[in-house]
Amino acid sequence: MFKIVRREELAGGSIILNEIEAPLIARKVKPGQFVILKASETGERIPLTVADVNVEAGTITVIYMVVGKSTALFKTLQVGDGYQAVIGPLGQPTHIEKVGKVVCVGGGTGIAVLHPIARALKQAGNYVISIIGAKNKDLLILEGKMRVISDEMFICTDDGSYGYHGFVTDVLKKVLKENSDVKLVVAIGPVPMMKAASEITREFKIKTIVSLNPIMIDGTGMCGGCRVSIGGQIKFACVDGPEFDGHEVDYDELMLRLSAYKEDEQLKYHEEPCKIGLAKAKS
Amino acid sequence: MTEKSSITKLLPRQKMPEQDPLVRRRNFDEVPLGYTIELAMAEASRCLQCKKPGCVSGCPVNIDIPAFIHHITEGDFTAAIEKIWEKNALPAVCGRVCPQEIQCEGSCILGKKGDAVAIGHLERFVADYERIHNLAHPPPKAPSTGKKVAVVGSGPAGLTVAGDLILKGHEVTIFEAFHKPGGVLIYGIPEFRLPKEIVAQEVERLEQLGVKIECNVVVGRTVTLDELFEQGYDAIFVGVGAGLPKFLNIPGENLVGVLSANEYLTRTNLMRGYLFPEYDTPVPKGKDVVVIGGGNVAMDAARTALRLGADRVRIIYRRSREEMPARLEEIHHAEEEGIEFNLLTNPVRFVGNEKGRLVGIECIRMELGEPDESGRRKPVPVKGSEFVTECDLAIVAVGTGANPILTRSTSDLKLNKWGYILVDPATGKTSKRGVWAGGDIVTGSATVILAMGAGRRAAESIHNYLTWGW
Repeated sequence: MFKIVRREELAGGSIILNEIEAPLIARKVKPGQFVILKASETGERIPLTVADVNVEAGTITVIYMVVGKSTALFKTLQVGDGYQAVIGPLGQPTHIEKVGKVVCVGGGTGIAVLHPIARALKQAGNYVISIIGAKNKDLLILEGKMRVISDEMFICTDDGSYGYHGFVTDVLKKVLKENSDVKLVVAIGPVPMMKAASEITREFKIKTIVSLNPIMIDGTGMCGGCRVSIGGQIKFACVDGPEFDGHEVDYDELMLRLSAYKEDEQLKYHEEPCKIGLAKAKS
Repeated sequence: MTEKSSITKLLPRQKMPEQDPLVRRRNFDEVPLGYTIELAMAEASRCLQCKKPGCVSGCPVNIDIPAFIHHITEGDFTAAIEKIWEKNALPAVCGRVCPQEIQCEGSCILGKKGDAVAIGHLERFVADYERIHNLAHPPPKAPSTGKKVAVVGSGPAGLTVAGDLILKGHEVTIFEAFHKPGGVLIYGIPEFRLPKEIVAQEVERLEQLGVKIECNVVVGRTVTLDELFEQGYDAIFVGVGAGLPKFLNIPGENLVGVLSANEYLTRTNLMRGYLFPEYDTPVPKGKDVVVIGGGNVAMDAARTALRLGADRVRIIYRRSREEMPARLEEIHHAEEEGIEFNLLTNPVRFVGNEKGRLVGIECIRMELGEPDESGRRKPVPVKGSEFVTECDLAIVAVGTGANPILTRSTSDLKLNKWGYILVDPATGKTSKRGVWAGGDIVTGSATVILAMGAGRRAAESIHNYLTWGW
C-alpha cells in the first residue's frame, strides 16, 4: 500500500492534493513525468503528473480534479489510507535548459503539472513569465507557489472574479506582443486551452511545449490506448511523451479519443446498479 | 501383439468435456471442463511408454512425459505432478495453453497412424488434481547459497527462472510492472481459456517456496539494472515480454473504436472490464466487431468480443486458413462459437463518422503468391477488389514489438535491429555481465512454453555463474 501522508482540499474541495509515500519513485521522478495510481482492487489505473516531490521524506504529491468515478473514489481516501498501487515515474522528463525568456501558461489543474516544470526552468536560469488561470477565483490553485518562481505573473479568470477577465490565451497574446524575446512557451491545461495557446504561438513562431493526457492503461507502452498524432506520426504519450511540440499535435483527434468512454463513465458514476436488485433510481 | 498395443487399438483418444458452444459464447467460464479420473486413466493407458519417446524431445522443457503418464495409469496422481514439477513450475498453465499438437503430442508415435496421446489434457488433469487435493511435496530445496537474483517480469519466462533458482538455494525477487503478477498469463490470455485463479495459485506456490514478488516496479524507470546490482543482486534475468502493440499504419487507425488487442485484452482480463461496473475499467462493447489478425491473440479477442455481447464477430486475415498461426483448437473453438472468418482479406482504411467514431473498414481481397522469408505464401492484393464493410469496433491483433523501456535505460545491452535483446541461445547470456534474458523480449511474440524453455536454460546458466563465475 502507498500511504497518504498529507491531504488538502483545494478550490473548495473540487481539487484534491495527496502527498503519498513512494520512496522509489520520489528518488527518480523529474519534472514532466507522471505516475499511475490505482485506489483499490476494483479501481481503474489513472495517470497523474507528479506535482511535487520530497526526496528526503520519500513522498510525491499529486493534484487532481474530481471528474468521474475514479477520482471521486480517490477523494474518499484520507491521511493514513493508501493507494493499492502507484507506478512510476513514467514518461519522458521535460527537457530543461537555459534559453532566456520563457512563458509558462497553466489552466485549471494544469497549473499543478506546470509548476515543477516552471520551477526547473527558473532554476536553470531562465526569466519566467507565468500566466495562470481558472474558471473563477475559487478554482485557482498554486498561486503562491507559482508567484515564488515567476519573474512576472499574470492571473486570469473566465468570470472576471480575480485578475484579468478572460482566458489565459488572451493574456498570452498580449505578453508575446510585448516581449519579442520569448524563446519558449510551455502551455498545460485543458485540451482546448493548449490548442488555442499553440495557435497563438504558431503566429509568433515560438517553440511551444504541451503536456497531453490521453486515456491510458499501463503507462509503459503496452496498450497503445494513449496514441496521439504528432506531425502526422503516431506516438504513444506514455513513452514518447507526455510532452510534445504543441504545433504538431492533432488536438481534435485527442479530444475525440478522450471522449471514447464518456457514456460508460457517466453510467458508472451516476447509475450504479442497486446491490440488492431493486430498480435503478433516476438521478 | 502385446496387450498394451491391443488396448491402444481399441481405445480412441478421450475427448475432454467442454461447455456447449451456444452457452459458453456468452460467459467467461472456462471452455474445456477437464478430465474426470476415469477419463484421465483411460487416456493414460493409451501411452505406449516408448523406449525413445519423441514427446520428451518435443517438449521445450523436456518433461519426463512417459513417467508422469505411467503414474496416472497407476492412479498415483501425486507422483505424477511431482514428476512434472521436476521440469515445469506451471503445469496447470501449460496443460491449458501450450500448443501440444506441434510439441509433445506432435512427436507422439500414436499420432503417426491415429490420434496422439492427449498429453496436454493429462498434464492439466494432474495439475488440477493437485490444486484441489494439495497432497504433493514440492521438489527439495538446496541449502541457501547467499546469492541474490533479480527477475524482471513475472510472465512465464520469469516465473520459470524464479522457480528453478529458488530450488537451487538462491534468493529470488521478481519485479513486476503491473499491480498483479503473471504477465501475459494475466493481462493477455482470457479467463475462459486460463482462469486467473489458476495463475494466482501457481504464483502462490512459488511464493511458498520463498520467491519474493514486488509489483508496481517498472524496471528501467522505477529502478535500473545497474541500480539492482548496486543493491546487491548478483545476477539479473530479464523476461519483460514483447509488450509493444503493432498497428497497421493505415488511415483512420486513431478513430474511437479502433483498439490494439493488448488494450482490449488488458481492459478485459487484468482490469476485469467484463465485470464493469462492479470493476471500474470500461471495455468498449461493439455490436459488430472485426478482429484483424490470425493468431491466438486474434482468436482470444474475437471470442472475448462475443462474450461481451457482440451480435457479430468477424476475423479478417490476409492469408488463407492454412497460414493462420493460431492453434487449431483455438480456431475450432472460435468457429464453434460462431466467429466468422473473412480470409484473404486485408484492411486498407478505417472509416469514421463525423464524430470520429469507427463505422466501417475498407478492405481489399488478397491472393497468395510465392512464399516469403517466413516460408508462408505471400498475400498479394487483387487490384480493384476494394469494398467497405460496416463495423463499430475493430481490434488490431497483428503482433507486438519489443518494448523499449528497459533496454533504453540500459546502455550496455546489445539489441538486434528490431530492438530485441541479443543473447547466446544456449545460455540466455546477454552482452552485459551478470544479465540474462529470455522469452518474447529475445524471440519476439512466441508461446508460453518457449518462454519457459528459455527461462529454464537461463536459470541453469545463472546457477553455473553463481557457482563458478561468468
